[in-house]
Amino acid sequence: MVVASISRIPSRLRTSGYASQTHKASHMPPTARPLSPHLQVYRPQIQMVTSIVHRATGIILVVGSLLIAAALLALAQGADAWSCVTALAASWFGLLILFGWTWALAYHWLNGIRHLLQDAGWGYSIDQFVRNSWISVIGSLVLTALVWAAVYYYGGIA
Amino acid sequence: MNHVDPMRAPLKNARGLGSARHGTHHFIIQRITAIALLVLVIYFVALLVSLAGSDYASARAAVAHPVNAILLIAFLIAMFWHGQLGMQVVIEDYVHPPGKAMVFQVVVIFVCVLAAVASIFAVVRIALGA
Repeated sequence: MVVASISRIPSRLRTSGYASQTHKASHMPPTARPLSPHLQVYRPQIQMVTSIVHRATGIILVVGSLLIAAALLALAQGADAWSCVTALAASWFGLLILFGWTWALAYHWLNGIRHLLQDAGWGYSIDQFVRNSWISVIGSLVLTALVWAAVYYYGGIA
Repeated sequence: MNHVDPMRAPLKNARGLGSARHGTHHFIIQRITAIALLVLVIYFVALLVSLAGSDYASARAAVAHPVNAILLIAFLIAMFWHGQLGMQVVIEDYVHPPGKAMVFQVVVIFVCVLAAVASIFAVVRIALGA
């Protein structure tokens, strides 16, 4: 049996050069197994970018969720506290944050649908994967534009 | 962690370390909150857009409406829960020293729970007119 015979191989022969080099540089527990190559091995491609950006926008949105909590507390506090929120939101810095925030939300929302569909087993062929990834990227920009068109249609910020 | 034999299969190393019955719990809750947020985010953004340019009194009146208050609280719970689950995975992937990772995990949980409780309290306070 193959499995039984592996344990009889001398240990110095078991360790691949690749694995023994990579574990020294990290905090990961050392392993004698060959490790899968990491990001820097690959040429950048849309599937990789959409995955990384999903995580990055997720972290941004967690920070944003704290701002939502702060805004609600200000609204409950009174008119003075709320005017601070609206003044901040209407400043150039506030608008910049809100534009970026809207895009992060639109992207995470749209790309999240892609991930849910993939969890259900859909969209795994390479051409579907590439197409759906581009839908997330371009669609998020379209959604952001639509939301802000609606904001200014309804009367702008503050 | 106990001694891990690198030449053993992962399953062999995991055996004897405790129950794995909750292995899919994180995955499932992350997806359930994601599905809830697909709908609630549309609602939340629509509410914000409809309030664009309105004053303090009308913003407060909108949040005080029972339908909005209930949906806002649902949105806040789903959002902070989903955020905590997401940050948990990010920390598991990138923060390797066990002590540091545990501190990060606990801080994220405390911040998310506190922010959820505070913001829900704010909505309830507005809805009950206090």
